[in-house]
Amino acid sequence: MLNNITFGQYFPGNSFLHRLDPRTKIVGTLLFISSIFLAEKVTAYVVILVFTLLAIAVSRIPPRFVFRSFRPLWIILVFTLGIHMFSTPGLVLYAWGPLTLTQEGLRQGILMSARLLFLIIMSSLLTFTTSPIVLTDGIERLLSPFRKIGFPAHELAMMMTIALRFIPTLLEETDRIMKAQMARGADFSSGTIVRRAQNMIPLLIPLFISAFRRADELATAMEARCYRGGENRTRMKELALSWLDGIAACVFSLLLFLLAYLRWWH
Amino acid sequence: MSHHIIEIKDIEYMYPDKTKALDGLSLRILHGEAVAIVGANGAGKSTLLSHLIGVLIPSSGTVRIGDYPLNKETLTHIRRSVGMVFQNSDDQLFMPTVFDDVAFGPLNMGLPPEEATQRALDALKTVDAVHLKDRPPYKLSGGQKRSVAIASVLSMLPDILVMDEPSAGLDPYCRRQLITLLQSFKHTKIIATHDLDLVIDLCERTVVLSNGKIIADGPTLQIFNDDVLLQKGRLEKPLRMQGCPICKPAIR
Ligand SMILES: Nc1ncnc2c1ncn2[C@@H]1O[C@H](COP(=O)(O)OP(=O)(O)O)[C@@H](O)[C@H]1O
Ligand SMILES: [Mg+2]
Repeated sequence: MLNNITFGQYFPGNSFLHRLDPRTKIVGTLLFISSIFLAEKVTAYVVILVFTLLAIAVSRIPPRFVFRSFRPLWIILVFTLGIHMFSTPGLVLYAWGPLTLTQEGLRQGILMSARLLFLIIMSSLLTFTTSPIVLTDGIERLLSPFRKIGFPAHELAMMMTIALRFIPTLLEETDRIMKAQMARGADFSSGTIVRRAQNMIPLLIPLFISAFRRADELATAMEARCYRGGENRTRMKELALSWLDGIAACVFSLLLFLLAYLRWWH
Repeated sequence: MSHHIIEIKDIEYMYPDKTKALDGLSLRILHGEAVAIVGANGAGKSTLLSHLIGVLIPSSGTVRIGDYPLNKETLTHIRRSVGMVFQNSDDQLFMPTVFDDVAFGPLNMGLPPEEATQRALDALKTVDAVHLKDRPPYKLSGGQKRSVAIASVLSMLPDILVMDEPSAGLDPYCRRQLITLLQSFKHTKIIATHDLDLVIDLCERTVVLSNGKIIADGPTLQIFNDDVLLQKGRLEKPLRMQGCPICKPAIR
């Protein structure tokens, strides 16, 4: 089950998106997210939809991988849709006990989940087309101006690299501990919510202990290989902007501009 | 310059919870020697190895590696010349891909990227794992993980290789490959293990540890033939030396 998640994975390739500098992609994604939140009218959503589809096409990532990326997050999507559908006041379409489905709610719900959907797709495109090392290098470089005021840019980037790497290991560990406890009669899947939450406690304790032990061993292993933070450490690839990044920057700015225009002046 | 590459004098170590793991231990190892550290679980093998790369600092006594006494100032230098392969490869491999992991040490040493890349590829070639270079380490098999963990240390070109239970958890085929690989290394080797058969193949000298003390130190075969000593160290004579009563023609 856990193997099907593609979110956060990297697919090596040589597309336009793959060749962009990670900094461009990170800033571009942020611009895109700002654009999403400017969208209100249906035309604006159409623009974003077209843009997203184009981005998927340009990335040359098989669309089924892209769509698989939000599979683990569909609960959040449905939840968002539901909350908005039933809690927005307006023209009642359907009443079902205390729940009333309104026209405004339906519209709002669909638009909000669409925003989320676009956000997930674009951020997974970012991770699909950027190897984790390069991605964190980009983050480190973007944050490095703040180093002057004591911000640990390198350490933060290294932390993210390692955290991402250990997510699958921790999931595996959770799975193993759960199985070990189920073999001794623990029950994680029935009872009231309170009961289930209580049953999770014996799961969390060994998980925390093993995570701390692991962190300790990890620090030792890093030190043993001469790691002393960012000082003196060389980088695999110095990042360099090219004309591709210029094009991408223009495209993302244009999108933001277009959406601002649709929202305020159209 | 001393001709001992490792010189440990009267070290004691007590864990914060007052467990005395090393209790007055002295050891000298020469250039190019292959030494096995054997002993029961909890005898202090891992603790001893941790002292060789300065992960632990002895409560009393001294550790000398090459020309330098081990202390805060020489730590970086010493860690370049001593490569440690940990017991648990899962924690030794922490980067997103095998290549990044093997290049991690050289980059920390401040080598230019081309040289770091070359070293990483050479090390992967040595352990026959170049084809794994773009894979995430957690998806590898146990044997592959061990190979990559060894490569990640080799890429730093250490003089001394220190390994904690290198054959634990490997199937017979992988174990044999590991032994062949280690036999091909010219480094000074220090191997903590329960696998006495591996010791026969790799180490001419064996040190037996019990409760944080050295109870024997000498030629491997001589030690393995001393039944009283083995019993005292809570060890079992390697199968190969037991002279199987069923198939008779015993190996001397
Ligand atoms: N982190 C620790 N804290 C406290 N005691 C420890 C720790 N690690 C090991 N010990 C104790 O130190 C002794 C030696 O352990 P260790 O060096 O791991 O033995 P070995 O590797 O030979 O099995 C054991 O008694 C063990 O319980
Ligand atoms: Mg041990």
